[in-house]
Amino acid sequence: MRKEILALLGKEWTTEWKQKHSFSGLLFYVFCLSFVTSLAFRQSLDPFTWNAIFWIIQVFVALNAASRSFMGESRGQYETLYCLVHPNSILVSKTIYGFGILLLSSGLNFFLMSLFNGSVVQDFGLFCITLVLGSLGLSAVLTLISAISSRAGNRVTLMAILGFPVLIPLQLTILKLSKNAVDGLPWDKSYQEMLTLIALTLITAITSYLLFPYLWRD
Amino acid sequence: MLPFAAFRRIYKISAGVLLSYALIAGLLTTLPDMGGNMAQTSRNVFYHVPQWFCLYLMMGISFFYSIRVLRFNRKEDDLIAFASARLGLFFGLLGLSTGILWSRVTWRETIASNDISAWWGWDPKQTLLVIALMIYLAYFILRGTVEEVSLKHKISAVYNIFACACLIPLTYIMPRILGGLHPGGESNPLDNISMSNDFRLIFYPSVLGFICLALWLLELNIRFSRISNK
Repeated sequence: MRKEILALLGKEWTTEWKQKHSFSGLLFYVFCLSFVTSLAFRQSLDPFTWNAIFWIIQVFVALNAASRSFMGESRGQYETLYCLVHPNSILVSKTIYGFGILLLSSGLNFFLMSLFNGSVVQDFGLFCITLVLGSLGLSAVLTLISAISSRAGNRVTLMAILGFPVLIPLQLTILKLSKNAVDGLPWDKSYQEMLTLIALTLITAITSYLLFPYLWRD
Repeated sequence: MLPFAAFRRIYKISAGVLLSYALIAGLLTTLPDMGGNMAQTSRNVFYHVPQWFCLYLMMGISFFYSIRVLRFNRKEDDLIAFASARLGLFFGLLGLSTGILWSRVTWRETIASNDISAWWGWDPKQTLLVIALMIYLAYFILRGTVEEVSLKHKISAVYNIFACACLIPLTYIMPRILGGLHPGGESNPLDNISMSNDFRLIFYPSVLGFICLALWLLELNIRFSRISNK
């Protein structure tokens, strides 16, 4: 299984290089979103709003990124993968790859938001942990949602409709944790949020792991 | 065979008896004066809270039958999952509207009537209910977009299970983030609320009555969909 996952990750990486416009399109999306919101607020963002805007942008980016993850697959590719590998290898590799993409884009988002609105984060270490845990959670939830909407006929709007309600618990926890980092609260105030976030990610990951084979089989 | 069909007479009769008892007794009984207009408005407990239980029950049935769809791949199970989701939406809307009316006259009575925000407060349970309704609406939209029947059953079952798994933790997260006005926000509400015995005598039959009503409606719905599928 590990071999399969590594091979699939390599395949994702190669296809990404072949279609550079798709990835640069995502980065451009991040840039546009943070540019437009910063322009709208004109440097009057207080830390609370900064935090909220940052994660709203991040959720939109995550939806956009995840909608690419299964839509690139053509019918032929699907059949080849179907014969060659276990469905769960595909799920795991897509989740890991999505995590990488989200981490990159959240780094860019953080850089741009700080550039345009000034840096408000007081506890940078905790904020980085939030970025890592949050990206992991978002990618764990959205990979299965992306698979569902791709099986239902590749509609991008469907992705948003299915994704938003399911993302709410995760998003609320991330916002709380990230707010603690922005305010620079001592770490022991955030352990509970961190645990909740990890537990949520685990629950969604395990459920996806159990459900994905049913979805993949014809 | 379906577990609902066997007892459908019992459901129908007991729903009728218990609910008419709850309606008459709930409106006629004298309640202790708890200050403000609580003495009169707290009658809503008899009707608003059971609707909320029914939503959970319907969600649970829908979840259970979605698992069966994936395991046995039978058309019948999908029919039940869909019917109970639809009824869950119905009870959710009922609970939402009675809750909004109630909150308007108790928690938010001081707000001027021309201010539309008097009708909405970000109470955790209210918010949770809206999210549950969003999930069901997304479920119906998903069902509408897929043409092929067996694929539709599979996909919607997967979404239903996944959404429920994501939502269950929300009950623990929400009160800590929003705080709230509902009694017993942090734990199981039935442990904390001190109800007088007269109150319980009306409340429990009403809960039972609403549950029977929900099951009876579910059974009717299932039969109706089965006929219209033919």
